[in-house]
Amino acid sequence: MDLATFLIQCLNSVQYGLLLFLVASGLTLIFGIMGVINLAHGSFYMIGAYMAYALAPVVASTFGGGFFATLVVGFALSIVLGYLLEWAFFSFLYEREHLQQVLMTYGLILVFEELRSIIVGDDVHGVEAPAILAGTLPLGDIMTYPVYRLFISGVCLALALGMYLVFTRTRLGMMIRAGSTNREMVQSLGIDIQFLYRVVFAAGVAIAVLAGMVAAPVSSVYPGMGSQVLIICFVVVVIGGIGSIRGALLAAMLIGIVDTFGKVLLPQAAGVLVYVLMALILLWKPDGLFKAG
Amino acid sequence: MNSRVLFVLCAFAALLAYPWVGGKFGVDLVNKIMIYAIFALSLELLVGGTGLVCFGQAAFFGIGAYATVLLSPTAEAGSLCLLLLASALMAGLYALVVGSLSLRTKGVYFIMVTLAFAQMAYYVVHDTPLGGGTDGIYLNVKPAMGQLIDLEDPLVMYQFTLAMLVLTFGFLAVLLRSRFGHALAGIRVNEQRMRATGFATYPYKLAAFTLSGTLAGLAGFLFAVKDGFVNPEMMSWHLSGAVLIMIILGGLGHLRGALIGAFAFALLQELFKSEAVFGALAKHWHLGLGLTIIASVALLPRGLVGVPAQIRERLIGRSSRRAETPEVNHER
Amino acid sequence: MSAEAILLRGRHITRRWGGLVAVNDVSIDLALGEVHAVIGTNGAGKSTLINMLSGEIPPSSGSVELLGQDVTTWSQPKRARAGLGRSYQRNTIYPTFTVMENCRLAAQAAWQQAWRWWEAASTCVNSTEAARQAAHSAGLTPYLEQTAGLLSHGQKRQLEIAMCLATSPQVLLLDEPLAGMGAEETERMLELLAQLRHDHAVLLVEHDMDAVFRIADRITVMVNGSVIASGTPQAIRDNAEVQSAYLGGH
Repeated sequence: MDLATFLIQCLNSVQYGLLLFLVASGLTLIFGIMGVINLAHGSFYMIGAYMAYALAPVVASTFGGGFFATLVVGFALSIVLGYLLEWAFFSFLYEREHLQQVLMTYGLILVFEELRSIIVGDDVHGVEAPAILAGTLPLGDIMTYPVYRLFISGVCLALALGMYLVFTRTRLGMMIRAGSTNREMVQSLGIDIQFLYRVVFAAGVAIAVLAGMVAAPVSSVYPGMGSQVLIICFVVVVIGGIGSIRGALLAAMLIGIVDTFGKVLLPQAAGVLVYVLMALILLWKPDGLFKAG
Repeated sequence: MNSRVLFVLCAFAALLAYPWVGGKFGVDLVNKIMIYAIFALSLELLVGGTGLVCFGQAAFFGIGAYATVLLSPTAEAGSLCLLLLASALMAGLYALVVGSLSLRTKGVYFIMVTLAFAQMAYYVVHDTPLGGGTDGIYLNVKPAMGQLIDLEDPLVMYQFTLAMLVLTFGFLAVLLRSRFGHALAGIRVNEQRMRATGFATYPYKLAAFTLSGTLAGLAGFLFAVKDGFVNPEMMSWHLSGAVLIMIILGGLGHLRGALIGAFAFALLQELFKSEAVFGALAKHWHLGLGLTIIASVALLPRGLVGVPAQIRERLIGRSSRRAETPEVNHER
Repeated sequence: MSAEAILLRGRHITRRWGGLVAVNDVSIDLALGEVHAVIGTNGAGKSTLINMLSGEIPPSSGSVELLGQDVTTWSQPKRARAGLGRSYQRNTIYPTFTVMENCRLAAQAAWQQAWRWWEAASTCVNSTEAARQAAHSAGLTPYLEQTAGLLSHGQKRQLEIAMCLATSPQVLLLDEPLAGMGAEETERMLELLAQLRHDHAVLLVEHDMDAVFRIADRITVMVNGSVIASGTPQAIRDNAEVQSAYLGGH
């Protein structure tokens, strides 16, 4: 493997890792704050990707907008979706056992998949990157790297940074952190914990949807993508350690590297490699790389 | 005689008698459901018996099935006993490995780890030539026990499956009443107290996990032999989800719950797939299934097994409900 | 101190969590026939200490000796089988089982024989007998067939102790057994503790000061992870440092 190819795979690893980190963050956020394990989180990613495909013509004809307009519209829709879902469904899951949450959200996956099948069908679709981002950057003499992939990494980084700042620097973030450790106390302080949870949930959904939308031009849009990303997110959390953001980032990067280089070097074993990585890490650290913190 | 024991005996008697009234399709379907019942019983040992929620049971099922086909000779009938034992043991071996790596974790984490390990097995058969890829592999000749048991005959296959189901059920009923079973129950209710009393809980959990995997492998063996075909979907996490739903739907903490749940789930599936009832929507049968899952978890906290009690509570009223003496050991 | 048998010996036990020192160089002896109370404000390190003695958390440094053996690296189940019993502040009883079954299951730890899968657990004569004894010691014989979850709070705490006794331990680590009890229930529990004193070495972590001064033979006072005083109840009562730090000028 020459330097240019190596560099390309490194950049791909980072891009994939950051995307995983973003989606996994949404999952851990909802679990960490509200104690709900949401299997349908992968479905939001899938919904995002299908939105990128299905909304584009609608946005083009109504507003005359392009890719970015679709992103904005999709993002707004996802917040509404998240808000409604929390109110109608997830708020009932908070007090339940994990097993019940697992099963109910699993049922939700089936519902989402079929609704998508009924509304948009089961075909695989491609989504075009917007013209400004469709170019490439030169890498060395012969190779080039797609600008769009750098854009994805950029968006993920920006969102991650944004989340970090909200959590640590804003009052909202402080309330969220307080609410996760002591629900009753936060309520007695007059803060509407229900509203808080709704906001957090909507944010989690919006992040996953946005990730799906942004990733669509690169990963294409297909029915099984939700389940696939969900399970990999689980592996991220398992490797990283439950409740650890640092761990999730490191784990996502590791998975990005193993998966990307694996596909190039050992294409047949590529699917298994991530799990072998997980098994090895569990051998070494049964609770994952970092404990909650 | 205890009403629960009577129920189970009647159920087995009905299953024995069924082939005389059911047609070819019916016998095939009920055979499949009985295999799912064994699969569900294996998970009940883990979830209802020990409190370990495993979301990767399909891996052991699939390994049992794949081992059957891969270890069978290509042109002649393999030995029934040897193949059954070998397949179940291979599944049990994977369960031992997965268990040893995942049982140090708890709760949600454990659920995720078991799911991930099942995916690992899935990718091995899906992506590598070992499993024949997405096309799957065929079993050319079904195993036999000399002249005694010829599994090519659907009726014999059915009866053999029923025998395995009865044996599995009986074994688990006895096991859950034993010291081992009681220890598992204690671990389920309060593992801390068990440790404080002097039980090293990890070996118990690992033993339960391995045994559970072995029984799931037995179910896989039966499935492979019945259809003569295996494919990666037998290890799909959707199957892990399905078997989990079966035991919840039937009722956790009761062996007969696994039986009832397997039947209810399979029949619901057939219902939602039926074009006669749902017309064009039949091909989107996952929708009905998903909604049913959500509804049953929300509305039937004790599963179908708990329905008579729920009805009684409604009719008689909560205050006069006589305090039922709960049993430590698993109810049959 | 007379030549009483020291059944449990904690030596220079320290526990650090990152930069925080939860327990600092604590040594404690539990002698046969004695109730040794450990008192202190919240956050004084009492729970951490008891967890290290029972084996649930390893000490950062120091040693634990049980019946003459160094058990510092032993797991909790191993120590339990060697004669160390522990009760918890929050009930760890099995609410859906009967009192008898609770005790029997606890007693089974001494006769696990897990491999005899064909035998029903209830046929185990040893564990059944040990369970009856333990229930009797805790005064629960009239309630053997009661569902544990339906017992009164005081009775549940008695059951918590009974399960502790089911494996006939020689050392008892009791974490706030009087928690949440009314006057009458407290009396009964104190009688029970007085009886248990004869054949056991008892460590008692408690907040109820009246009860502590009535029942304890020795008292150790902890503040912020360190022991500030240890001695007879009278000596502790007269100790000026303890008075200012904890008892509020008695």
